[in-house]
Formats: sequence, structure tokens, C-alpha cells
Amino acid sequence: MSPTRVFAALAALGTFVLLALAPGLGNDYTTSLLINLMLYGVLATAWGLFCGTTRYISLATVAFFGVGSYTVAVLGERLPWPLVLLAAAAIGALLALLVGLVTLRLSGTYFVIFTFGMTELLRQVVNWYESKVAGSVGRYVFVDAASPGFIHGQLLVLLALVLALGWWFGRSRLGFALRLIGEDEQAARHCGVDTTRAKLLAFTLSSVFMVLAGAIVAPRWTYIDPAIAFNAIVSFQVVIMALLGGTARFWGPVLGVVPLVLLFELLVKYFPNHFPIVLGVVFLLIVYALPRGVVGWVLERGRKRGASR
Amino acid sequence: MSAPLLQVRGLSRAFGGLRAVDALSFDAGEGEIVGLLGPNGSGKTTALNLISGALVPDRGSVRFAGAELAGAPAYRVVRAGIARTFQLVRVFRSMTVRENVQAGLRFGRSARHGGHRDDEQALLDRVGLGAQAARMASELTYIDQKRLELARALALQPRLLLLDEWLAGLNPSELVEGVRLIRALHEAGMTVLMVEHVMDAIRSLCDRCVVMNSGARIAEGTPAEVLSDARVVQAYLGDDDLEAADV
Repeated sequence: MSPTRVFAALAALGTFVLLALAPGLGNDYTTSLLINLMLYGVLATAWGLFCGTTRYISLATVAFFGVGSYTVAVLGERLPWPLVLLAAAAIGALLALLVGLVTLRLSGTYFVIFTFGMTELLRQVVNWYESKVAGSVGRYVFVDAASPGFIHGQLLVLLALVLALGWWFGRSRLGFALRLIGEDEQAARHCGVDTTRAKLLAFTLSSVFMVLAGAIVAPRWTYIDPAIAFNAIVSFQVVIMALLGGTARFWGPVLGVVPLVLLFELLVKYFPNHFPIVLGVVFLLIVYALPRGVVGWVLERGRKRGASR
Repeated sequence: MSAPLLQVRGLSRAFGGLRAVDALSFDAGEGEIVGLLGPNGSGKTTALNLISGALVPDRGSVRFAGAELAGAPAYRVVRAGIARTFQLVRVFRSMTVRENVQAGLRFGRSARHGGHRDDEQALLDRVGLGAQAARMASELTYIDQKRLELARALALQPRLLLLDEWLAGLNPSELVEGVRLIRALHEAGMTVLMVEHVMDAIRSLCDRCVVMNSGARIAEGTPAEVLSDARVVQAYLGDDDLEAADV
């Protein structure tokens, strides 16, 4: 292993140890901020796993996130917590397979629009069901798994798992297949890649992480309704974060999460009414200034330096 | 005599009212170079797409080494032993030359798992890209991208190679080099089906040619035979020029 890699591994390990100890060291505010950071860390990394490598830009992140939250709202008081998480993962995987089978034949803009539309559809269906069948639009979430420390710990494990999966993708045949799909899907097929299977598998894995993230943080809200759980802004934020970080490496999206979560935190506090405008401007700036994200910029510089030597 | 390696029978595909490939039948024997000729729009590329699994035929059969491949997805066609190149070069542009060949090695017939640097190098040397392994595919010149595409196809360890105008757009010296490469493959026992417009290359490489027009086969034989066939001349040049043309 090269010294840089050893250093990177140690830095990552140190960060995780520090994060694990953080709830004891800081106050309620820092813990809540860290929960937010790790939540988006999981979502953006999971998004990058599939969408970053294959370049299928999905706006369905919040659909899976919302399904996770609703699973907790419905089953939270009836089942023990581990079973609730398991149920959420299973429902999410099933939904992802279904959506994947329908949509992954679409490409480019059509896929983007379909995922966005599907999220809205899901929100409306839940809305309709809650108001017509269940009787009230919102639900209270009272479960034992609501302490910030516990949520923090679960998210930390989930983040470690999704990053580990990303690391494995980087060296596995599946990950290589996804990169080939991102480069040129037709050529990938003619190289012997079973593209449908690879896409479906990766899309499902990525979605399961989003569902679990939604399930884990649901107890924080105590009250959810479809507008909160399926808030489309979340999908856009995840895309922006992943793009800022860059998706050429599995650890890229996290680099975008940290500055943007902090920025959004400030915006919500000081400019709550102008939030969507600033979000749009930030999006434009990133696409113009860093089209391939921080990771792409660093890699490009490295290559240039290597070439000029 | 055993059955030919590739047997195409009654292959058809229509796009709306246009019958792009219409009941096409031909064979390619083990070790042969077969040219697939015809004027623009005669259905040659569609035929290759049908054989390679890029498109699903409406009717017909593609038997390859005893297995029926008509309608099979592309990756299964590849694993059965058919590799192709594209009319407009399709390399994995933001990957290195080496990674492009790895793609073939890792997902091809033998589906080996990484770490075969020797094979990559051997393949790259074979097409003359040995010194460029670490460069990005997008940085290569047009001919080198074509070579890379060929190396990637060879990495799949095919028994049949489909070349879609692989020699088009090359300058005269590159053309000589390209013809030499294909001949070397032929001598190593590879079966090749090539769509091509470069007549010199067809004459010097092909054992047999199949000529298509409006989706159907209009002639078959040695290059000299088909190029002097009246129907072929008519297909390329039209009726009025039939007497003047002396191919």
C-alpha cells in the first residue's frame, strides 16, 4: 500500500472514531448537525453508487427515503425496531426492483423525468390513502428508537456500510460493469456485460440504503405527513451534493455533503424565504465551475502533473 | 462437411413499413473472411445488429456453432463467441486504453478476473497500441481508437468477428496497416464477417462476399464474381448506367 493510501485509511478511521465519540463530546445542536451530515452522507454516497457511475440521474432518492419513514410510521409501534428496519429494507428493495424493471430501459432525460414523476406519484398515492382510507393525512411516530444518540450511532454504521460497499464496487466486477454502462451502455452490452442485471442490482442496493436512512431518522420528527417524507427538494439536494463532491470515486459525494449541509443550515437560519433561489444558484455555480466535482478536479490536476513530468 | 460456423436463415427486421433486412440468408465457414456489401441503406449494419444482438429480429434464425442466437441479448451473443466493432467508433472514452481491453477480458467468453496484465499487453501489442496502454482512450487518434476497439473485441476471445466498416476513414498507409491486421487475424484462424465499402480491401481480404440491396441478398460469390454481377452493378449505379459500367 502506498503512503497516501495508508494516510487516507487512517484519516477515515480517525474520522469515524471521532464521529462515534461526538455525541458525548458535543451538545444537542452538534449532534443534530452531525445526524444531518451523516444522513446526507448516506444518501449522496448511495446515490453516487448507482447514478454517479452509470450516469443515470435519479430524482427518486426521496421516494425511497419517504418509504423508509412511512414504514416506521406504520410498523414502528407494532414490531421490534430491528424488524422494522428489516421490513423497510425489504419493502425498499421490492420497490426498487419494480421501478428498476420499468425505468432502467429509459435513458437520459426520460429516466430523470420518470424518477421525478414517480416520486410525485408515490407522494400523491400516500396522500390519497392517508386521507381517504386511514382518515388523517399525518401520523405520529412514537418509537423507542428516537434518542439522538441512538440515531447518530445507527447512521454512523449505515454510512460506514455504504462507503464499504462503494469501496468494494471500485474493485469488483459489478462496479466495473457500472462504469462501462456510464461510459457507453451499448458498447458495454457488446463487451459481454449483462447491463440489465447490473443496473437492477446496483439500483436496488443503492435504494436499500436510502430506505434505511429514511427509517432511521423518522423517529426524530415525531410527526410526518407525505409533504415532509416525500419532499422533492431532498432529491435535488442529494444530486447537488454528489455532483459537487464528484462521483468518479466512491468517497467523492461525501466531500460535497459537508460544505453544502453547512451552507443549507445557514441559509435555512438566515434566509429561509430565499432558500430555493440560492439552491438553484449553487447548483448552477457547481455545474459551471466544477462539472466533474472536487474529485474530478483533483484527478484532472493529478493527471496533468503526471503528464508534464 | 460439418455445418458452417455461422448460418443465417430468413433473417428479417422491419422498422415501420421499411423492411431493413428481408429474409436474408448466408453462411460463414470457420476461418473464412466474408464481406457483406451493398449500397448505403441496404441493411448491412442492421444485419450486423441482428446477428450481434443489438436488435431483435422479427423472423429468422442465426445459428452459431450449433446454438440458436436469434433474439438473444448482446451479452449472451458475446459469450457464445461473437464480437463486434461499431461503424462509428465506440471506445470507453474516459477510461485508459488498458481498462478498455480489461473490459473485454473481464466480461468476455472466459470472463477472467482482473490481474492479467500479460494478456492486455499482448492484445495491445497485437494491434500496435503497446506503448499507449496508460493513455486515455479519448486522447487516441481515430485509427488508434479503431485499433483499440479491435483489441477490446479480441479480448472477448471470439470465434467470429463482426467488423462494421472498420477500414472506413483511414488514410492510404493506415489502410495498408489495417488490411495487414485483418489478414493476420485470418491467418490465426479467426472467422470474420465484414461490412465494408473499401473495394481494394474487399478484393484482397475476402474469400466470399454477400451483396445486399433493399434488405435482401442479391448476389453471393468471390469478390471478382459479385463485383461483375449485373444485379450488383445495377444496385450500386442504377439502371441507366448499366451499359456504361464496366466493373
